[in-house]
Amino acid sequence: MTETFVTDSAQKTVRTTCPYCGVGCGVLARPEADGSVTIAGDPDHPANFGRLCSKGAALGETLSLRDRLLHPQIEGQEVRWDEALDFVAERFTAAIRQFGPDSVAIYGSGQLLTEDYYVANKLMKGFVGSANIDTNSRLCMASSVAGHKRAFGSDTVPGNYRDLELADLVVLVGSNLAWCHPVLHQRLMAAKAVRPDMRIVVVDPRRTVSADGADLHLPIRADGDIALFAGLLQHLATRDSGSDYAAAHTLGSQAAILAVRNWDLARVAEATGIAERDLSTFYSWFVGTENVVTVYSQGVNQSATGSDKVNAIINCHLYSGRIGRPGMGPFSVTGQPNAMGGREVGGLANMLAAHMDFTPDAIDRVGRFWGAKRMAQKPGLRAVELFDAMAAGRIKAVWIMGTNPVVSMPDADRVRDALKTCPFVVVSDMTARTDTAELAHVLLPAAPWGEKDGTVTNSERRISRQRPFLAPAGEARPDWWMITEVARRMGFAKAFPYNSPGEIFREHALLSGFENGGKRDFDISGLLAGGYETMDPTQWPVRETPTARLFAGGEFYTPDGKARLLPITPPPPITRVPGRLMLNTGRVRDHWHTMTRTGKTARLSAHFAEPFVEIHPEDARRLGIRKASLVRLARGGREAVVRALVTERQQPGNVFVPMHWTGQFASSGRVDALVAPQIDPVSGQPALKMSTVTVEPWRTALHGFFVATERPRLDMDYWAWAEAAGGVRGEFALKEEPAYWEGWIAERFGDGTDVQRLSVGDRHAGRRSFAGVRNGRLAFALFVSPDPVLVAREWVVGQLEAEKIDGIRILAGRPGADMPDRGPIVCACHGVGRNTIRAAVRGGAESLDAVGAATRAGTNCGACRSEIATLIRTETAMVD
Amino acid sequence: MEKLVVIGAGMASGRFLEHLTERNRERFEITLFGAEALGTYNRILLSPVLAGEMALDEIVTHGPDWYRERGITVHLGNAVTAIDRGKRQVISRRGATPYDRLVIATGSAPAMPPLPGIGLRGVTAFRDIDDLQRMLRVAQVPGRRAVVIGGGLLGLEAAAALHQRGMTVSVLHLKGHLMDRQLDPASAALLAREFERRGIRIVLGAATRAILGSGHVEAVALEDGSVIEADLVVMAAGIRPETRLATDAGLYVERGIVVDDGMATSDPAVLALGECAEHDGVCYGLVAPLYDMARVAAARLHGGEATFRPVRTATQLKVSGVSVFSAGDFAGAGDREDIVLQDEAAGAYRRLVLKDGRLLGAVLYGDVTDGSWFFDLVREGADTAPIRELMIFGRGLADSAALEPYGGRCSLPG
Repeated sequence: MTETFVTDSAQKTVRTTCPYCGVGCGVLARPEADGSVTIAGDPDHPANFGRLCSKGAALGETLSLRDRLLHPQIEGQEVRWDEALDFVAERFTAAIRQFGPDSVAIYGSGQLLTEDYYVANKLMKGFVGSANIDTNSRLCMASSVAGHKRAFGSDTVPGNYRDLELADLVVLVGSNLAWCHPVLHQRLMAAKAVRPDMRIVVVDPRRTVSADGADLHLPIRADGDIALFAGLLQHLATRDSGSDYAAAHTLGSQAAILAVRNWDLARVAEATGIAERDLSTFYSWFVGTENVVTVYSQGVNQSATGSDKVNAIINCHLYSGRIGRPGMGPFSVTGQPNAMGGREVGGLANMLAAHMDFTPDAIDRVGRFWGAKRMAQKPGLRAVELFDAMAAGRIKAVWIMGTNPVVSMPDADRVRDALKTCPFVVVSDMTARTDTAELAHVLLPAAPWGEKDGTVTNSERRISRQRPFLAPAGEARPDWWMITEVARRMGFAKAFPYNSPGEIFREHALLSGFENGGKRDFDISGLLAGGYETMDPTQWPVRETPTARLFAGGEFYTPDGKARLLPITPPPPITRVPGRLMLNTGRVRDHWHTMTRTGKTARLSAHFAEPFVEIHPEDARRLGIRKASLVRLARGGREAVVRALVTERQQPGNVFVPMHWTGQFASSGRVDALVAPQIDPVSGQPALKMSTVTVEPWRTALHGFFVATERPRLDMDYWAWAEAAGGVRGEFALKEEPAYWEGWIAERFGDGTDVQRLSVGDRHAGRRSFAGVRNGRLAFALFVSPDPVLVAREWVVGQLEAEKIDGIRILAGRPGADMPDRGPIVCACHGVGRNTIRAAVRGGAESLDAVGAATRAGTNCGACRSEIATLIRTETAMVD
Repeated sequence: MEKLVVIGAGMASGRFLEHLTERNRERFEITLFGAEALGTYNRILLSPVLAGEMALDEIVTHGPDWYRERGITVHLGNAVTAIDRGKRQVISRRGATPYDRLVIATGSAPAMPPLPGIGLRGVTAFRDIDDLQRMLRVAQVPGRRAVVIGGGLLGLEAAAALHQRGMTVSVLHLKGHLMDRQLDPASAALLAREFERRGIRIVLGAATRAILGSGHVEAVALEDGSVIEADLVVMAAGIRPETRLATDAGLYVERGIVVDDGMATSDPAVLALGECAEHDGVCYGLVAPLYDMARVAAARLHGGEATFRPVRTATQLKVSGVSVFSAGDFAGAGDREDIVLQDEAAGAYRRLVLKDGRLLGAVLYGDVTDGSWFFDLVREGADTAPIRELMIFGRGLADSAALEPYGGRCSLPG
């Protein structure tokens, strides 16, 4: 465990950490002689003990240099690093001189490493003299930070992952853990398999796959969470007068209870839309179970009342003393690999550094530590406010690091427009193919995962090393290096002497312990004794030893050492706007954020290969939306066009659209363009899950599907493409039929003379298929029809790699009865389709293990096991 | 026993006698006259024999033994010269043969247009075994050149076979595309390309002016002035029903011998069937309706009520390595819809013609395995709406299980 490298054959296996969600799984990466990289879960990492999810398992497929940004660019021209860095320093310095420190900003990412974050934060808050450094973590868990601080006096996650396994009741609130934190969900399900008495409750407006694996699903109305937990607190309070723990270590319980005194079952049921019987079950389970963990995520955080939701949850745990001991506690799981690390260095506009705020003492302390004369004196602009200020012309220069606000921010078109008007935009990223990078004046090639070196902190406060196993490609450099170089050029060379991430981490650790004396939760000075290179995954605080859990003894980081219960009254229910539906957003299982990495792999692109809207059958019927048709969602002149996924998993009146699709992958799938820029006033976190939109059929003359070995020109009225084995696949639609198909196709799919053409046309019915064959192999195929075109897509995609093809079957878009179509991919790891799984179930494989033995589905990462379980249920039910 | 005389020992006649002798052999005393010596053979297979792919005895379907076993008196190589309806007898080399019932199945004769030089040696039709042997004699000699006049089914089969025998072959076709009665221009173009790829010259829009030579054919002259040298000229420009005996006997004859639904001619004692017969204004040249006539005639003679109903016909070209199938009616018209498939890679083509949701006709080139299925759909006149989307891909795909709405109609798992 203390070895950094595991020697395995001739190649070196490197211990590193996954770059995706906040579970922070350990990964073993071994570069192979052929240039590929073998990826495995690290059996010794305490986050995953060897498990990986579909995304993690496919990491090796995301490392190609295709679409990588390899050289610095100014206005699209490649330049030397010196030139680029001089230019950035000069423009930032000029803006500060002319318009003041608050005219510049850095917008970072939860995917930056702690060292990158530390240097960026230091530059802005200590030397530029502005706190205008915020990050996409604002979109992710700012409400949890605010809630933690209000309750505990510090941004502290009290427990750890083991608590989910030790709990007798696990409540998932606004968390589709099965898809968004799959390895943690696997740990939970494995624990439940061993102890079937353990109960899982899922609180989610949608019946997610996480809900499929739960004992109780509470289909809550959007933003009904406060009412639910107000009811729980009221329920707790009427059954006992509070724990000894609450009496000894908390303040505010009386006021908190007073605030919820009228929230009986009936009222909660009305406010949440949950049946009284189910509420009663949940409350009695909670009351009757000592070991309760409440896991919450974006469904809680991404709300205009997110901070209050967090405190409503924490209130219940504090009041009942269910905190700090094994198997209990409120548990915020973060969406990003290093959201926590960013919080630790102060990489949010309202924090200073090392969990210190903008108090005079802290400003003085950090200023002395850094040797900084121009300390920022007040919090800076938070994400939404930052882009508002930019739109108003107050931000003259911005540096965006490893994130894509044109896609991920609410009112994303406005963010795009703001960036267009900003006089100087620097983007450091691994690719120039992002909707944000397209607007940059300067592009800086950042070293991505696999090439960069540093630390990340996962959701259980565990700091792990991300280690490089590949040489930087082209001229790519780590972000900390770029920031350091710019800082030096801005005249701060003395304060930015760094030559390695280890030096930065050491300074960060020193600051955490600087004049701490146990007053601040974040203290990792204990790590200074050990080696950085060989550092094992470690939970902070680390004074002498790592700390697995906090607050069992009731010592909080408030001035009086007591935690606070907050008097939180549920807000009035959201008023429904007639003719509008509530728009929820979120993740899918196999994609990550804006798909710059997961979009490069065919395996991960197969699960959902186009943007979609989940809509309840009743709404679909009422609005005239047919299954698999195209739908237009709109709000205030902004629109998105996505595919209809009609499902009872969705509540009537609500729709769900995934957050991942960008202008790179779809014509109009950027759902955040529709999201109102409403924020939680406490945390500044945008309410990304509750905008109201109009929903209507998007009428089109023709629907189409294509596969091709090369990405075609995409200029159709609707299009969405995805990576496929051997090429790409895509959906499209045309408002008007081309007058001359052959020419239309040649312009988009190529007109090589070495391509033999195949076609079938039923002009009267408007259906056509076309294909091109080069050297006996499929070069492209496309299918058009007035209705969403009926094609065995997975089979057609598979033909891109077929040695021999049958033109008739290609044009038919299906394999025929003698060659079964595996169907839509369920198991991304082994590429097992739904039809294959169903056939196995019909053949008698009626358990997860049996299906796994028969098809291999679900035997690797397990992220699809909930879906397989559902298939087994529906298939066996049909047989009965 | 009734005396039954049958004139003609071709394919229709053979099938007729099969049906007739299936039951109650005691009813008729049968005498068969055939102009050719070999017995009944499958004329359709003359092309493979010409190509050297089959032997002559392989195509004989009803030899002397077959007739003997059924008690049929056979006179082969013995043509009937006249019918005396008054005396109810037929006249042949061996004299008069009386009948109670007479069946005329004289088939058809090749159309031999009155071109200058049509009588030269080396000019032949492609109809019977004599023609075949004439062609083979010329083809045996290396370096000989053949001109086939007529790019229909028969002409193309002859051309391919002669080419296979080593001759240099040209096909002259009067119309703008080959097999113009069975194919549409697109499939005919693929066919022409395939013939040319093999080295067979195809001349379209070629009107023959004269056949040149003195004693033996030497060349063919076209209206456009061009001259094509030839050691063999095969006339494959169509057939006409062989009706001379019937006309002379005073039966009602139009293009063919006019018959009713029961195959009876204007004389109820006399039936006609096969290529020589004309039913409802139509003379048939393809085997399926002829066989149907044979069935009807046999049933009627046994006192049954069977009636002949015209059916749509399907054609296949029998040239090895070339697959062409055509069925039904595929002429374009305003109220017709078509579905067209082209596969450059496989050299395949399909066209289906529909009207009011029913399949009227089908043309297949390249892969004809689904031909009979399309032909069934044409014949049944069934509503094809439920299978319209996949029909053109053939039975295997049209029957394949329905795809699900998600994964079937978009890129979502659902």
